[in-house]
Amino acid sequence: MNPMKIAVASGKGGTGKTLVSGNLAYALSGLRKVTLLDCDVEEPNLHLFYPGDYDTQILKVKVPQIDYEKCNFCGKCGKFCRYGAITVLKEKIMFFEKICHSCGGCSIVCPEDAITEVDRRIGCINTYHPNENLTLYSGVLDEGEIMAPHIIRELKELTEEHELTLLDAPPGIACPVIETLEECDFCILVTEPTRFGMHDLKLAHGVTEKLGIPSGVVLNKDTGDFNETREYCLESGLPIMMSIPFDRKIAAVQNNGRLLSVEDHDWLLAFRELYIKVESMAGAEP
Amino acid sequence: MIKIAVLSGKGGTGKTVVTSGIAYVMDRKQSLADCDVEAANLSLVLNPRDTVSRPYYGLEKASIDPDVCISCGKCMENCRFEAIEENEGIFTINKTRCEGCGVCGEVCPAGAIGFSAFKDGEIYFSRSDLGRLSHAELTPGSGTSGLLVHEVKKEAILRGSDNEVLLVDGPPGTGCPVISTISGMNYILMVTEPSISAIHDLKRLLNVSRGFDVISYVVINRYDLDIPNSDTIEEFCRKEGIKLLGRIPFDPMVLTAVQDGEPVTSYDTPASEEIKAIFKRLMAEIGLENE
Amino acid sequence: MSNNGGEVKLMKICITSKGPGKEDLLEERFGRAPYFLISDNETGEWKSIENPFAGAAGGVGPRAAQILVDNGAKILVTGNVGGNALNALNAAGIKIIYMNGSVTVEKAYEKAKSEL
Repeated sequence: MNPMKIAVASGKGGTGKTLVSGNLAYALSGLRKVTLLDCDVEEPNLHLFYPGDYDTQILKVKVPQIDYEKCNFCGKCGKFCRYGAITVLKEKIMFFEKICHSCGGCSIVCPEDAITEVDRRIGCINTYHPNENLTLYSGVLDEGEIMAPHIIRELKELTEEHELTLLDAPPGIACPVIETLEECDFCILVTEPTRFGMHDLKLAHGVTEKLGIPSGVVLNKDTGDFNETREYCLESGLPIMMSIPFDRKIAAVQNNGRLLSVEDHDWLLAFRELYIKVESMAGAEP
Repeated sequence: MIKIAVLSGKGGTGKTVVTSGIAYVMDRKQSLADCDVEAANLSLVLNPRDTVSRPYYGLEKASIDPDVCISCGKCMENCRFEAIEENEGIFTINKTRCEGCGVCGEVCPAGAIGFSAFKDGEIYFSRSDLGRLSHAELTPGSGTSGLLVHEVKKEAILRGSDNEVLLVDGPPGTGCPVISTISGMNYILMVTEPSISAIHDLKRLLNVSRGFDVISYVVINRYDLDIPNSDTIEEFCRKEGIKLLGRIPFDPMVLTAVQDGEPVTSYDTPASEEIKAIFKRLMAEIGLENE
Repeated sequence: MSNNGGEVKLMKICITSKGPGKEDLLEERFGRAPYFLISDNETGEWKSIENPFAGAAGGVGPRAAQILVDNGAKILVTGNVGGNALNALNAAGIKIIYMNGSVTVEKAYEKAKSEL
């Protein structure tokens, strides 16, 4: 059976990605092996819903180290660096590690072979085992670091052959989101039926269309009032696969780090049904 | 110009509602900026018009000239971002993955790789009833949202230099675009909500803000959805020496205001009252209150 | 105690500028300054350098510091300097004189010289 990768994304922040991915993972773990990836590496939250022991794997990138015996301060490394991470002074090289993109260019251009590469930490992956079928890999980017896509790539590589992987994407549409979505079989777009949610759903849908990933919508905090979202979905062929009503009781569960599908069996079944719909559409023509 | 950014850490806590709410009752000449360049929502409640736009160019990206390329594959071997793809001997650059580092150009023995400006988004400048609005849309997949945020702020500051206040609707998170937003600001208003996730992210945001010369304040949105969590936030603020400027109650009229495309403070409703009070407290804190 | 005030007064002074000439206004930002004007006190000549990194995505501070190092400037007159650039300038032994307000580069230069 081919490995299946399902992303949960939204465009707008706070629409309920974590609610959907967290509950979907739990609901399915009662039936089969599930891998859950928290790709929102700047602000991972899934682990708050699955507290417990975890293993940590430190993630590093390669950064330049200058051999001052060989360096003649010619300045070629500084001139090459497109990110301004190297400043060449008269007798010293200043390296600004947080803006280094780890491209390896400086060591390639150095005519004196004075640059080697060493490891530098940018974050980590914390692995949790909430139950025997469910593994949560939480990607964490250290504060002030920029290399989010690197961590996301690592998360995906670690779990490439896993049977079923759910990927909780970051909010927005910038490169970490694309990195998360690429090569997924399906994308669940979580939206709130409001003008803000609608605006951002269109952006996110534009992205999944461009990437050629079939998608479907989950409406969250649905008051049943705002019809434009439903109309947009109808017009653009986006199936609405589930609707979670606006309900203070649901909010209370989520706000306190608890899982709906743990506390309410009907919701557990609803999330399993969501997956059946996703499975039938995944791998289909977008 | 006094510069105030509205941030949150976690998305969806109500930054845009609070920003537009304050903008509506601001009694000083103001410039407005929407720095959430990936999901810009402020314009949805400000009715912008007379918009001028210009393209935004981020990093230069690589292109392979197929007429010069000898298909040796050295570029692909050396690219650390998996941005070079090969299909039946033809090598191309994946523009979304390309980070413009220049290594491929350096190692190409045939000189087949050039670098050129790549449009990464669009910058807008509009009029609105509440002040001129600077905003933008980032091209999906871009890696330079931080720079686009900088451009949006720059536009607002340059074009509104005779205004007293710059009010910025910030992006979610704590990464590049947030850091770019905070840079140069005098005050941050952190909008949070009483949930575990929001509290977790508020702490991260506070850590990031401490690297800057800014004064931060906190407001709790929808506080009554979870009083114990709200109390936790209040206690946290006290311990950290951060002033809590207000607690906005959950109010269905907020949604109505958003759907109507209007700032909530133009309505007569509890959330509106509290945001007006927060505005007054903020102005008093920064020394701009009216006697 | 030796007086090296004379030596200092002969050093190259760099002033961040909004335009290419000394009649242009002082620019308060360092890394994104449109121009760097460098005055050679020995020869009395001014060199005007357009900042190629003003619009760059990042790392503008360190690269601006590099421009000063490459041109031998020992004193910088500007409004604000970011963290990374500050480190680079300090490491290079470049003295910073902070100045604000609507002054021409020439006025800023005179004021800086009087403070040395």
